[in-house]
Amino acid sequence: MNPAVGLAAFLGVALATAAIGFYGLRISRTTGDFYVASRTVRPWWNASAIGGEYLSAASFLGVAGLILLTGTDALWFPVGYTAGYLMLLLFVAAPLRRSGAYTIPDFTEARLESKAVRRVTSLVVVAVGWLYIVPQLQGAGLTIRISTGLPSWVGSIAVVAVVCVTVVAGGMRSITFVQAFQYWLKLTALAVPAVFLLLNQAGGGSPVLAEASSNPTGLPAAGLYQTVSLLVALLFGTLGLPHVLVRFYTNPDGQSARRTTLIVLGLLSVFYLFPTASGLLGRVFAPGLARSGRPDALVLLLPGKLLGGVPGDLLSALVVAGAFAAFLSTTSGLVVSLAGVISQDHLGGSVRGFRVAALLAAAVPLAFAFTTDSMALAGSVGLVFAFTASTICPVLVLGIWWRGLSDAGAIAGMLTGAVLCGGALVSSTIIGSAAPGWIAQPAAWTVPAAFAVMVLVSRATKHRVPGTVTRLMTRLHVPERPVATERQLR
Amino acid sequence: MPDFPLVTAAAIAVIVLAVAVVVGVGLKVIRSFRELGTDAERATYQTLHAASRAGQHLRTGLHAAGAAKASKQLRSLLGCDALAITDTESVLAWDGAAEELKAVLMELASGVLSDGRTVVVPASHALNAVVAPIRAGNRVVGAVAAFAPQTGAGLVRATSELADWVAVQVELAELDASRTLLMEAEVRALRAQISPHFIYNSLNAIASFINTDPARARELVVEFADFTRYSFRRHGDFTTLAEELRSIDRYLLLEKARFGERVQVSLRIAPEVLSTVIPFLSLQPLVENAVRHGLEAKEGPGHITICANDSGAFAEVTIEDDGVGIDPEHLRSVLAGHADGDHVGLRNVDARLRQVYGDEHGLVIETAPGEGTLITIRVPKSQPSHDA
Repeated sequence: MNPAVGLAAFLGVALATAAIGFYGLRISRTTGDFYVASRTVRPWWNASAIGGEYLSAASFLGVAGLILLTGTDALWFPVGYTAGYLMLLLFVAAPLRRSGAYTIPDFTEARLESKAVRRVTSLVVVAVGWLYIVPQLQGAGLTIRISTGLPSWVGSIAVVAVVCVTVVAGGMRSITFVQAFQYWLKLTALAVPAVFLLLNQAGGGSPVLAEASSNPTGLPAAGLYQTVSLLVALLFGTLGLPHVLVRFYTNPDGQSARRTTLIVLGLLSVFYLFPTASGLLGRVFAPGLARSGRPDALVLLLPGKLLGGVPGDLLSALVVAGAFAAFLSTTSGLVVSLAGVISQDHLGGSVRGFRVAALLAAAVPLAFAFTTDSMALAGSVGLVFAFTASTICPVLVLGIWWRGLSDAGAIAGMLTGAVLCGGALVSSTIIGSAAPGWIAQPAAWTVPAAFAVMVLVSRATKHRVPGTVTRLMTRLHVPERPVATERQLR
Repeated sequence: MPDFPLVTAAAIAVIVLAVAVVVGVGLKVIRSFRELGTDAERATYQTLHAASRAGQHLRTGLHAAGAAKASKQLRSLLGCDALAITDTESVLAWDGAAEELKAVLMELASGVLSDGRTVVVPASHALNAVVAPIRAGNRVVGAVAAFAPQTGAGLVRATSELADWVAVQVELAELDASRTLLMEAEVRALRAQISPHFIYNSLNAIASFINTDPARARELVVEFADFTRYSFRRHGDFTTLAEELRSIDRYLLLEKARFGERVQVSLRIAPEVLSTVIPFLSLQPLVENAVRHGLEAKEGPGHITICANDSGAFAEVTIEDDGVGIDPEHLRSVLAGHADGDHVGLRNVDARLRQVYGDEHGLVIETAPGEGTLITIRVPKSQPSHDA
């Protein structure tokens, strides 16, 4: 691949992101347009923004790579990532929007009236955020290496630098529009090459798709337990992702939060058609990549390999741009929400504190990304989901749907989930590929364990259930008071 | 091993450092014990410490939860076998032995509660009780009962002193409560203050359109109705930024009817903060101030810019005009409540913001005579306890 193409794509995305961030809403409006300005973001925009923030390196590069490696087993990843939104729609979106709490620690503190719960929750949220940023940075390293030949750390540092500069300089003012733009960029960047290559190969009368069922690596298929555990992690993990929840506050009420989630489901389903298609194409035409040990690079390399020449370069540039959109959007979303949590809890909530916190939120995962060896992107993000599902998800679901949750129960449950799931993840990393299935994919037992501990300890400490629970529950579950009726003059 | 000496040196350095730290901390701890002073000083300290701890628990008034915690501290002050605190209805807290006497305590205390005099009564065959009234103002609001085998004059005096001390705490709590009520009343009073001038001017402006442009006059009357409906609403002390902006839009439309093209407004609103909860009518007075004192007094057209931005965990709203500005000294005295007159609306909003979100969230005003005015508000986006 031509290095200049990769660099140009990266610079283009970075500039576009910064430009939309800084100038997206600088257009002055006069009173005539007041209603346009004061109307909240349309569910469509907001749904695109959520999609943009949610589709990370794992979805953009990882899913296709996993399909290349393991075939149909990997299809569970896109299924889980999308269906997680169904859970969000059913259990969390509307009540959380109504709660008025802006971050998960805010919510737990308001629900359980306990500073201790808040501290534990923010620790967990920060840990989840950091763990989630690491694969994004590793993906950026991989992309920069493949597309320009520069060392990987250049990519990680470039992403962190762009995110820090825009966040610290206040460039996230119109974050909704930035993220919405990134969604459509990502979709285009995968869809155009995939469709193009499919048409091209279909016209060329090349091998039939049936060959896609061949297994280039000879890896054994995943067992039932692994699949179930993965699905539990992805379904429940989506509920607790800090950067996704914040987006719902752009909706004016719980009702539109639900509608937004519904659109997100559609947008994600459309998006995941294309990594799947790319993975299939890879299996048929480039099975060699699976054995090279870098299946995550499949999406990046495919256009050059199948087309070559100028069209190949152009398509590659598009894919690289999409990949960086994925790293930038997820990383900036996470950095903003982590900075909010860190600055509020430890730096007094000032503007300066927020900036320091933003730097901190990006620097720590950067150090992690340098010191740890990257694994398959989709896999490592799946582990973060498992951790979230075992810690934040139980406290959210029980907090919203069960009056009996007490602060002691919440803390005990979160710690249990964190210790069990964290322990399993660490030991599976130490043992390596020889780790038994129940340690490599712990969600199927750590999530129920966290729920059980939370319920049991809450039962035992009934007297600690706050007295305001009825008021808060009403607020969470009763639809908002309708806004004073608008006259239909305009 | 080639670097063996290096490792040894490092290990020794670490050990020496650790020992130094331990010795240093140890010395400090020992010294701090020695510095605690004589027995009398320590006893004074302990008494005051127990009293202040108990005082904290009674800060919310005579309630079961606070009284239970306070009674532990108070019993250690009196050194009696058991100590109980009651209100006029029931026993709030019991600390110490012989809890079976709880059932008869209200009977023992009934005389004290009605005539407010300290009594010594036998509570059981082993224990006597000193029951002293808690007098807040000129009412008896409860009683403190101390139980001991022998009740000498010392215990009686100490118990009634203790009851008086508890009474002071209760009075403090009542003071706190009435201060909160006062603040709430102040907020209510500060709340919807649409200036009568505005109503008069708007109606006049509308009247001038009735003949020349009836359609516009009709539209303006409807806007006026909607504006007053929002501003005079009774429920809720909070609203969303979106609703407040909508009301400002109506307000500006009416002002424009009067000033024509002299008032120019531009807006830059980040959609992320539209659902932020803010105190009811906290922006409209600022915009009104910008129109009234910034532009009205000025020659030629004036420009008002309203921005709302997402800033981490906060939403930041700025209102800027290029009018005549305010003398900072005068503004300071208005905000401090020393001067009345022109900018009372600002003081009102400032006071409410400080009361709701704390002193660091008051208005930030940048202004100078002839230089226009820039007002900034920062409110937390997360306010689960406030219903919009």
